[in-house]
Amino acid sequence: MSSIRSYIRANGMTSLLEVKDLVIKFALRTGEVTATNGVSFTLEKGERLGLVGESGAGKSVTGFSIINLISKPGYIASGEVNFLGEDLARVSDERIRSIRGNRISMIFQDPMMTLNPVLTIGTQMTETLHQHNPQMSKAEARAIALDKLRKVYIPSPEKRLGQYPHEFSGGMRQRIIIAIALLTDPELIIADEPTTALDVTIQAEIMELLMELCETEDMGLILITHDLAVVAQVTQNIAVMYAGSVVEKGPTAQVVADPQHPYTQGLIAALPQSSGHGERLNQIPGMMPTLKNIPPGCSFNPRCPHVMEVCKQQVPSLRSGKNSNLAACHLYPPEKDNPSAR
Amino acid sequence: MTDALLSVKNLYKHFDISGGLLDQISFSAGRLHRRRTLVKAVNNISFDLQAGETFSVVGESGCGKSTLGRTIMGLYPPNAGEIHYSGNRIDNLDHKRLLPYRKKMQMVFQDPYASLNPRKTIRQALEAPLRYHNPNLSNSEVKDRIDEVMIQVGSDPQWISRMPHEFSGGQRQRISIARALVVDPDFIVADEPISALDVSIQAQILNLMMDLQQQRNLAYLFVAHDLSVVEHLSDRVGVMYLGSMCELSEAGILFENPRHPYTQALMSAIPKLEGGPSEHIRLKGEVPTPINLPSGCVFHGRCPYANARCTAENPQLLSLEDGRQVACHGVEEGRF
Ligand SMILES: Nc1ncnc2c1ncn2[C@@H]1O[C@H](COP(=O)(O)OP(=O)(O)OP(=O)(O)O)[C@@H](O)[C@H]1O
Ligand SMILES: Nc1ncnc2c1ncn2[C@@H]1O[C@H](COP(=O)(O)OP(=O)(O)OP(=O)(O)O)[C@@H](O)[C@H]1O
Ligand code: SF4
Ligand SMILES: [Mg+2]
Ligand SMILES: [Mg+2]
Repeated sequence: MSSIRSYIRANGMTSLLEVKDLVIKFALRTGEVTATNGVSFTLEKGERLGLVGESGAGKSVTGFSIINLISKPGYIASGEVNFLGEDLARVSDERIRSIRGNRISMIFQDPMMTLNPVLTIGTQMTETLHQHNPQMSKAEARAIALDKLRKVYIPSPEKRLGQYPHEFSGGMRQRIIIAIALLTDPELIIADEPTTALDVTIQAEIMELLMELCETEDMGLILITHDLAVVAQVTQNIAVMYAGSVVEKGPTAQVVADPQHPYTQGLIAALPQSSGHGERLNQIPGMMPTLKNIPPGCSFNPRCPHVMEVCKQQVPSLRSGKNSNLAACHLYPPEKDNPSAR
Repeated sequence: MTDALLSVKNLYKHFDISGGLLDQISFSAGRLHRRRTLVKAVNNISFDLQAGETFSVVGESGCGKSTLGRTIMGLYPPNAGEIHYSGNRIDNLDHKRLLPYRKKMQMVFQDPYASLNPRKTIRQALEAPLRYHNPNLSNSEVKDRIDEVMIQVGSDPQWISRMPHEFSGGQRQRISIARALVVDPDFIVADEPISALDVSIQAQILNLMMDLQQQRNLAYLFVAHDLSVVEHLSDRVGVMYLGSMCELSEAGILFENPRHPYTQALMSAIPKLEGGPSEHIRLKGEVPTPINLPSGCVFHGRCPYANARCTAENPQLLSLEDGRQVACHGVEEGRF
């Protein structure tokens, strides 16, 4: 992956998405809290990236911020969200509306966040198309809707167009959401826990579908989930978040097989797959701090088995570990002026 | 087996969702008909659970796992079948005679809020069941007992004057486990106890459950949708589909080599940490509702191996040489 990246850079090609030092804050009555503290990652065209971490780590907030969906009291305090070179954190509302749901689509855990219960699937699909292209004829919109329903393997789509969301099962509804996300041929899909509420058999189908579509349509995917195994199956690269920061990123297989940050190491070691049958699991002591109690220095330091004095004082920057993964950890020497560590 | 701690025999639980009498009546072909709508959530389930054993129940959403657990706990009366505990039949006991067993059987839920009243302190939550089942305990005995379980679940006894909302999800789950333990049970139904928790906290709670099992020889009926967790801590596993048990086996054997076509599909869908995307078995169609159970094998509409016998005749659990039980005509006939 890093070779593709350097090739792209050397040839002056623009990345699909480049999130740079993103700081998101919430202005709460009790004071201001920082939800993400300088998150950076890059996504090339057609790349699938997993954003993993435990509840409250800042995954959704990061995902929402890409399409400027952070609502009050939250706001982007600093940083950039460059989508094909254009900083979406700085563009007008009108401009972001023409990109959101059009060139960048979002899929949520709960399909009913997207679906209107009182409109048929067909109406919702054609309305979405008209929003982005008012000139489109009814027949054309219907043809596109049918095509997308076929792409997500909805049987007899002509009949299904006339049905309401409640007439579909949970897995079918999530497939319809994907079909809606596909309507405008987006370049990027942000999927926030798209299968967390579904059974494993249905999850496997949805993930396979997403992967296939990313490949056939050359779409980028940001898959947000707490499930490392799902990310391992679907994505090429991973960014691991902890308490509002990316603590490790790298190629998926390498992050899973040879994690560098003590948090990622602990997370993988804690999975049942990492212990013999019936043995005690390797638990990480304590829990992730809340935004109001993030300790100084490395936010993981109170739980870290390798904690050193420097960890309690300085926030570690991302740097190369023992492999090409980047880890925000003082166990490894910092890299000065390493552009990929940003 | 007669020495089983818990023995469930041909258990059925159906819910009547017909509504009021007027909703049930329809008029057709010149006659009034009364129709009742039954959700056939649990059908003909039998298994034994030994003391100190972990038996897990898996299967997709709505297949009847929670209903099975709740019926065993006496929260729902069964429609047919028997439940025996320590050799005594308990499903037909009245409230008073059930009491000594209720103390031995406890339940832990996915959402600790379901068992912890948000307006009661932790002390109140722990004291109520303890005093209810042990009316003769003195105040100091009650306090000692509560301190002891709080320490045992890794919580600070000082916390007991706090309210549930002051705790994180993991801490709340420790407290609901403490609440189950305070009456000194032999058996706990744990219905998705870790599903709402993060991986690093899941490991803490699972370790706690395994430690307590060793210390107290607890038996668990464990329900979880994370199959890697089930594989890790179960002695035996039962796979349910649409209210029926389709395969029941020692855990290692089942995960190594599932035999029922549904179990095979389920296992193939488990995402694996290493090795990239895996081929999973795609099932055709969707899970039918438990209102109109299919004829024959409940799985036949989605099964890649179904034949005429499967659509007509309901397969019974059959024991194989390796000790597992499978309800499948194809396995019985050696077709695959
Ligand atoms: N509207 C809001 N007001 C205040 N704080 C918020 C708001 N939305 C999110 N936060 C905080 O921002 C932090 C990051 O939240 P986020 O939803 O991104 O977490 P997440 O990683 O997606 O977690 P989960 O796995 O639970 O979805 C959390 O501490 C959360 O409490
Ligand atoms: N009190 C009830 N009244 C009517 N129907 C019910 C009731 N409880 C459960 N059911 C139905 O019985 C079936 C089995 O439900 P149950 O909750 O036991 O499934 P489950 O396997 O625990 O599913 P999940 O994995 O989603 O928790 C479902 O069809 C459900 O809708
Ligand atoms: S910086 Fe220190 S505390 Fe943080 S993960 Fe690395 S070793 Fe542990
Ligand atoms: Mg989230
Ligand atoms: Mg349930």
